[in-house]
Amino acid sequence: MTIEVRVPQLPESVADATVVAWRKQPGDTVTRDENIVDLETDKVVLEVPAPAAGTIKELKVPSGATVTSGQLLAIIDAGDVAVAAATVAAKADSAVQTEAVGGAKLAPSVRRLVEEHHLQPTGIEGSGRDGRITKGDVLSHLSEKESSNAVPAAAAARPVASAVVPIGAPKGSRAERRVPMTRLRARIAERLIQAQSTAAMLTTFNEVDLSAVNDLRSRYKERFEKEHGVRLGFMSFFVKASIEALRRFPVINASVDGNDIVYHEYYDIGVAVSTDRGLVVPVLRDADGLGFGEIEKSVSAYANRAREGSLTLDELTGGTFTITNGGVFGSLLSTPILNMPQSAILGMHKIQERPVVVGGQIVVRPMMYLAMSYDHRIIDGKEAVQFLVAVKEALEDPARLLLQV
Amino acid sequence: MSDNQFDVVVIGAGPAGYPCAIRAAQNGLKVACIDEWKNADGSYAFGGTCLNAGCIPSKALLESSELYHRAQTEFAAHGLSATGLAFDVATMQKRKTQIVKASTQGIASLLKAAGVTALQGHGRLLSGNRVEYTAADGSKRELSARHVVLATGSAPMELKSVPFDCRAVVDSWGALEFTEVPKRLGVIGAGVIGLELGSVWRRLGAEVVVLEAMDQFLAMADQQLAKEALKHFRKLGLDIKLGAKVSGAEIGQDGVTLKYADQAGAKSVTVDKVVVAIGRRPYTRDLLGEGVAVELDERGFIKVDNECRTTTPDVWAVGDVVRGPMLAHKGKEEGVMVGDLIAGRVAEVNYAAVPSVIYTAPEIAWVGQTEEQVKASGRAYKTGSFPFMASGRARAMEAPAGFAKVISAIDDDTILGIHVIGPMAGELIAEAVLAMEYSASTEDLQRTMHAHPTLSEALHEAALAVDKRAIDYPNK
Repeated sequence: MTIEVRVPQLPESVADATVVAWRKQPGDTVTRDENIVDLETDKVVLEVPAPAAGTIKELKVPSGATVTSGQLLAIIDAGDVAVAAATVAAKADSAVQTEAVGGAKLAPSVRRLVEEHHLQPTGIEGSGRDGRITKGDVLSHLSEKESSNAVPAAAAARPVASAVVPIGAPKGSRAERRVPMTRLRARIAERLIQAQSTAAMLTTFNEVDLSAVNDLRSRYKERFEKEHGVRLGFMSFFVKASIEALRRFPVINASVDGNDIVYHEYYDIGVAVSTDRGLVVPVLRDADGLGFGEIEKSVSAYANRAREGSLTLDELTGGTFTITNGGVFGSLLSTPILNMPQSAILGMHKIQERPVVVGGQIVVRPMMYLAMSYDHRIIDGKEAVQFLVAVKEALEDPARLLLQV
Repeated sequence: MSDNQFDVVVIGAGPAGYPCAIRAAQNGLKVACIDEWKNADGSYAFGGTCLNAGCIPSKALLESSELYHRAQTEFAAHGLSATGLAFDVATMQKRKTQIVKASTQGIASLLKAAGVTALQGHGRLLSGNRVEYTAADGSKRELSARHVVLATGSAPMELKSVPFDCRAVVDSWGALEFTEVPKRLGVIGAGVIGLELGSVWRRLGAEVVVLEAMDQFLAMADQQLAKEALKHFRKLGLDIKLGAKVSGAEIGQDGVTLKYADQAGAKSVTVDKVVVAIGRRPYTRDLLGEGVAVELDERGFIKVDNECRTTTPDVWAVGDVVRGPMLAHKGKEEGVMVGDLIAGRVAEVNYAAVPSVIYTAPEIAWVGQTEEQVKASGRAYKTGSFPFMASGRARAMEAPAGFAKVISAIDDDTILGIHVIGPMAGELIAEAVLAMEYSASTEDLQRTMHAHPTLSEALHEAALAVDKRAIDYPNK
């Protein structure tokens, strides 16, 4: 009996997908739900599982082809095929260097770096013998990651290199390597330009004394964990404070559509999470209705699933306001780019102890700079500044979150 | 195929030719290999310069002479005493000859076992990929081949001002054949060969003066290593004079008077024997027949691309007769590559990871770039080194001289070069070559376990020293 494997229904906003990597070849056996092919869309890389166990009979589209919802991808000969031990070492597909890592063991320095930075080796291009990953490859990968971190965007690229270092090339040669952008990378680039050219974007800054938040966190640490099963971090405070401020300044939560300003009477807060593929922004729907525990749990769950690459498209779309945190990488101050079509984005940064003046005295406080980039077409400077002050005041005096004042 | 038709004919059965023939035969091709090497006694022998007049005989004499030297200089420290320690050059030479004979006969049996038609005599390439084979008795035979591989090697360069007379002025082969230790030996050229041969006879009691025309000692090696080496060779008693350009020789009653000039002016030195070891030139005498379009470059090497193809289709050339370091292992890998390429297989030679070895004591070996080369390339680098004096094993062996040095790139930690001067350097370098073949980073070497107590730990510690994380030696 033959089974057809088709492209899953793609969401409205996604027109088509690209076949990135066939994980199986004709003749290979598959178990039910085993991944057959990776499809790349503007936002995520989708895995297409085998609907039943069997043997791959035919692949209908080649690697690199563009496919649409429901399109026939492959045919499987169903049957009770004895499942061979899953071969981790996939055949080396020269177009996608990531395969080559499958069976080849990683060099000691690479193992160390992968562990330290929680990386997925399959996402790193290998320039060594037989496609092996060298330490230099990982270092390049990490520096590429860092340079794309301040930008809120959907799951980022896995570079597909077509060039291989020539045999016997002298070390230190100044050759150039031309690598075409992946679909994801190109889409990110497109969206960034779009944001910059559509919105009248600028950034306003303030700073916040997080000693009150720290105080609460240390006082209720154990009880919170016991009650909610998750650590009390900073994100729940940031989200709550943002929502309080958004209530007062609804235009910050709005978006531009043609000549209309669309006010959203709900609060879908995007929380940027860093993964080794780049920054992803899962959305907390109706965040105003979530308690601190629920927010922390959701954010933690999103972070884990983002790192596994298992976020769904629905979780990544929508959102009326975004919070991003460059502090994780050590950023003290930055100017985030808008996550279109949203009109504002709040940037949190590194918390650093600094001497500040309180009541005429110099004291040491855990300070953090706040940055908010906003669309000046609909948000005026006064509102932007006051919004940020509201966030700051709510964080410096958390009781205000309780009392909604 | 008839008796005279072959898939491949290899001209030369030295360390480049015979591996080529064997690999081609392993790939199922019909192969003939022609070699014309004749020993002093007129007998033919396979193996070329390496087996007969180079690598192997020199290693045999180096071993014998070093043993004698160590007995003299090292026994006391071990609490060993031996009176009447003597040596007999004839026995030494006999042992060497037996080793050489066993090796060359070994090649003959390897060729036979591989099914290669081994022919002793002269081979000449004719147009149309035909090879004219002239046997010992003068009879000629024309072989036709789909592919011809030229592996005729090299010959010692002659110094016009001090021509060979095969008695008092000899080449490296002649220096290996001395029947007695020269009282005074003059070596022209302080390269690898000059230093090895000079070492042999110095250890056996000769007064050795080495005249090197260049101002820099071992210019192709890492200069930190070269400096250390010079110190040890001078300690051995090799009177190495740098910047000394030889202008002529006069053979007289007292011996050979070499005239040379250095910075200070004109000088001369009288010796009993002179070894001219100024380098080797590619050997193509009577190799290319009329109408053959195989081109040579301006220095006489056969022009080839990086797969060893000559300018004539289906004619290849490997070993000392083509560009690149004149090293037996480079020739061998080229020969094997060609044996595979002809059979349609994928093969390549990685010229960036060719090890070099000087079999003196202390031994010297390196692979990759020297510090001077890295500096010239402009790439930011860091180095680490570890002295054998701090190696328990080296001290136990009474061989604490020298060090291992690792040069790494700062940008991505790639190992750029590894240099060793000390005991077993030639063996230790193999790990370094493997590391470079896999584009290993210094950290990879740092995280690889090395057995203790061994000399190989020096490489481990030198790699750690690059990042100032050495355990067994203070980090500067």
